[in-house]
Amino acid sequence: MAVETVQIALAVNGRERRLRVRTDQRLLDVLREDLRLTGAKEGCGKGECGACTVIVDGDSVDSCLMLGVEADGAAITTVEGLASGDRLDPLQEAFLETGAAQCGFCIPGQIVSARALLDDVPHPTRTQIEEGLAGNLCRCAGYEQIMEAVELAAARHGAAEPAPHPRAVTTDVASTPDAKVAPQ
Amino acid sequence: MSDVVGTRAPRVGGLDRVTGRQAYVADIPLDDVLHVKLVTLPVARARIGAIDDAAACAVPGVRLVMSARDLPSPMPRFGPQRRDRPVIATGEAKYHGDPVAAVAAETKDAAEEAAALVKVAYEELPPAFTIETALATDAPLVQDPSLRPDDPHANTNVLHEHRHVWGDIEAAEREPGLVVVEGSYQFPMVTQFAIEPHAFMAAPDGAGIAIWSAIQHPNWLQRVIAELLKLPLSKVRVHAPDPGGAFGGKQHAKYEPLLAFMALATGRPVRLVLTLEETFQAVRRGAAQVHVRTGFHPDGALVFRDVEANYQIGAYADIADRTVAKGSYTSMGPYVCPSARIVARSVLSHTVPSTAFRGFGNPQQIWAVESNMNEAARVLRIDPLELRLKNLAKPGDAFIPGDTPADGDWAVAVRRAAEMIDWGSTTPPGRGRGIAVGLKSGPTTGLSYSTVRLLVDGSVVVYAGTSDMGQGARTIFAQIAADELGAPIEWVTVVSGDTAVVPYDQQTSASRSSVFMGNAVLRACRDIQAKVRAMAADLEGIDEAGITVERGQVRIDDRTIPIADVVKRGLGRLGGEIIGIGEMRKDAEPDHPLGGTAAFYEFNCTAVEVEVDRETGDISIPKYVTVSDVGKALNPNQVRGQDEGAAVMGLGHTLMEHYIWDDAGRIRNLGAIDYRIPTSMDLPADMDSDIVENEDGPGPYGSKGMSEGALLPVSPAVAAAVTDATGAVIRDLPMSPERVWQALQELESAEPAS
Repeated sequence: MAVETVQIALAVNGRERRLRVRTDQRLLDVLREDLRLTGAKEGCGKGECGACTVIVDGDSVDSCLMLGVEADGAAITTVEGLASGDRLDPLQEAFLETGAAQCGFCIPGQIVSARALLDDVPHPTRTQIEEGLAGNLCRCAGYEQIMEAVELAAARHGAAEPAPHPRAVTTDVASTPDAKVAPQ
Repeated sequence: MSDVVGTRAPRVGGLDRVTGRQAYVADIPLDDVLHVKLVTLPVARARIGAIDDAAACAVPGVRLVMSARDLPSPMPRFGPQRRDRPVIATGEAKYHGDPVAAVAAETKDAAEEAAALVKVAYEELPPAFTIETALATDAPLVQDPSLRPDDPHANTNVLHEHRHVWGDIEAAEREPGLVVVEGSYQFPMVTQFAIEPHAFMAAPDGAGIAIWSAIQHPNWLQRVIAELLKLPLSKVRVHAPDPGGAFGGKQHAKYEPLLAFMALATGRPVRLVLTLEETFQAVRRGAAQVHVRTGFHPDGALVFRDVEANYQIGAYADIADRTVAKGSYTSMGPYVCPSARIVARSVLSHTVPSTAFRGFGNPQQIWAVESNMNEAARVLRIDPLELRLKNLAKPGDAFIPGDTPADGDWAVAVRRAAEMIDWGSTTPPGRGRGIAVGLKSGPTTGLSYSTVRLLVDGSVVVYAGTSDMGQGARTIFAQIAADELGAPIEWVTVVSGDTAVVPYDQQTSASRSSVFMGNAVLRACRDIQAKVRAMAADLEGIDEAGITVERGQVRIDDRTIPIADVVKRGLGRLGGEIIGIGEMRKDAEPDHPLGGTAAFYEFNCTAVEVEVDRETGDISIPKYVTVSDVGKALNPNQVRGQDEGAAVMGLGHTLMEHYIWDDAGRIRNLGAIDYRIPTSMDLPADMDSDIVENEDGPGPYGSKGMSEGALLPVSPAVAAAVTDATGAVIRDLPMSPERVWQALQELESAEPAS
């Protein structure tokens, strides 16, 4: 059965992308298959594990639960967009330092969720970090080192960093989607 | 001179992991690839009838629908212990999720659409999906007796009965004045739940085949594929990118053989990425019922222990029977017990094939025997800590007759854990404390080779076939090579995951890699050192006797020269490199009940403080302490990650995880929504891990294997703390709120009204 396709435009990691997507295509597939940004992972495919987390217009989102067409006009940050050049995001540095990345499969999602958290709450309490990352499963269960990494990054840079993520993209074909994006 | 062993050297591969560049199997693009979807039946067991693929084949883009009729006859079978697993179900589907057909199509959507259109005629058959039904005299047989020639149990569902006996238990039982403590314990079916679902690809490759798999044992997989396809090993190339978590579930071949046949049938690359739901139907841990009866002198000294365990394995053996043999073998724990009788059965059932899972058969047994120790302490009115210290084997004690003597001063770890949890102090109101220990026999055989190349500029390439699945194996090898050859660790590259390039390694399991591959790498470096020594003697025109080479330095009389300088001079104008090879081998011992003695033991002591909500049955953990004897921490940061990770993983099966089955033997809680694993909200409020380092292990610099130890005693430690807090004795896992609440209700109603 032929599936309808739609032209969309999004800003991914600051770069404007225009592409034709199937209407049933998940944002995760658009990123991984069409844009070859494989940092977001597919774990459960049901919005429970958080491995596919990306930031959409400032909110952390399970990209397996969002359609590509819903992201039309949105600004999206994936793990690939956190470092600028060879300068890592403070969270990436902190994750390396505390040894938070073990097998690494959940780590892009953890770091992106943590980025969204710190953008909203630059100096979170331990409880806020635990709650902020509750939607990101880690089966290596390196949670202690993950929590420490977020605390470390917050202590070092949380206050100094400006909010880095644009909240909209200007384009002639795009409009902000109506669909409510569920933050984690 | 480099000195990074023993430091918190950053993880090799860490940068790729935090930037999203790390490529797991599902991230690797193959041109012209076909997508595969499995076809399964919504039943636990069925006789497979006609398979009508007309509608499926009519879906645009479908290139192949494969089922048993498309494979050679008799059906090729494989398995690490027994060749009992068909490439695809033939005749009978034996568990909920057993694939009966597979579709390959140009797109994932087409494959999924077509898979739903494959019409399989089937007749549902009565399944045996519990231990009780599988052991019943009229139980349906899971495996055809013809597959088990000369097997006395062939007409039952007992795949194997393991017996380990020493001392004279019958005489011991008759000793007067013994205190005998007895109980039955249940351990649930749980699944590995690696966050990376299993992913496989296969492609024709010259006159052979290439396989990509998130596999722990690439060389073992190579052998399986070579045998099934009747190819020489050299024509099977296994690419094994770092698994995104494995935990034992990715040790052995699963759907790679099917993919290989599909690649050959289509002449195209094929790719199968499981859904998480499908991984639940591919791998799990064996459930177990364990009955323990232990006799003590009134002073607490162990006299005998009698253990009878039924492990529920699945429809095919995989490596499950080995987990039963090895897990039950250490049922005396780290204690000196003069008389022992252990009977453990591998019980086949119409369920997902169980396989290795962190702890390898031990957590089930340890749940039972360590809970039994805690119950005994109460009966004997002896402090559970003292009861353990009294019976603990001392260094050098032959605590398991005929096996490796105790290779650690385990009391140190026990005392440390007790101290850290403030054992003996008054517990805050509403709280309780518990303690338990875990011991696991390490690898019984092993073979690892490594090649190390010292390049002309002093940088190093290490080839080591260990799968780096999160334990940080490459970091350890890089640290060893850096120190031995005097290179900065940033100058060391570790290559793994390609059987066409990397020398043979038997397997990545049993916490072996730091010891086995670590020693192979170390020996390869020492081989290079020997060559550098000869080179230096040549350059200096002196005898080798006057030269020593160690830890990156060449010493000639009172001069010290970096290895790199000698090598640069020695290699001369043509440049080149120095190649070292190393090997670590532990041969089988055919007369040993496990086929070999323990290369080392993993030992951990865990102590917890819990608080139980009497209204909801919810257990929270204000304080958690885990102490492992690791010999030497080659990288303390990675050791900590492994120990704390194992602890939290252990809290999963202790508090929340279990498969739920319906009356027909189907899994009702497939996937992440209905099967809960610990999240950041489930952590102990205060988690503290520590290590004992006596440099008494067989690995490099006195290290031992570690990574599983901290999972072993989690459940009995938590259960003991719950008893301490509430008086309720729980012998079934998981200790879910409803189970705890139920136990509290029963306790209340049993107490006389006052």
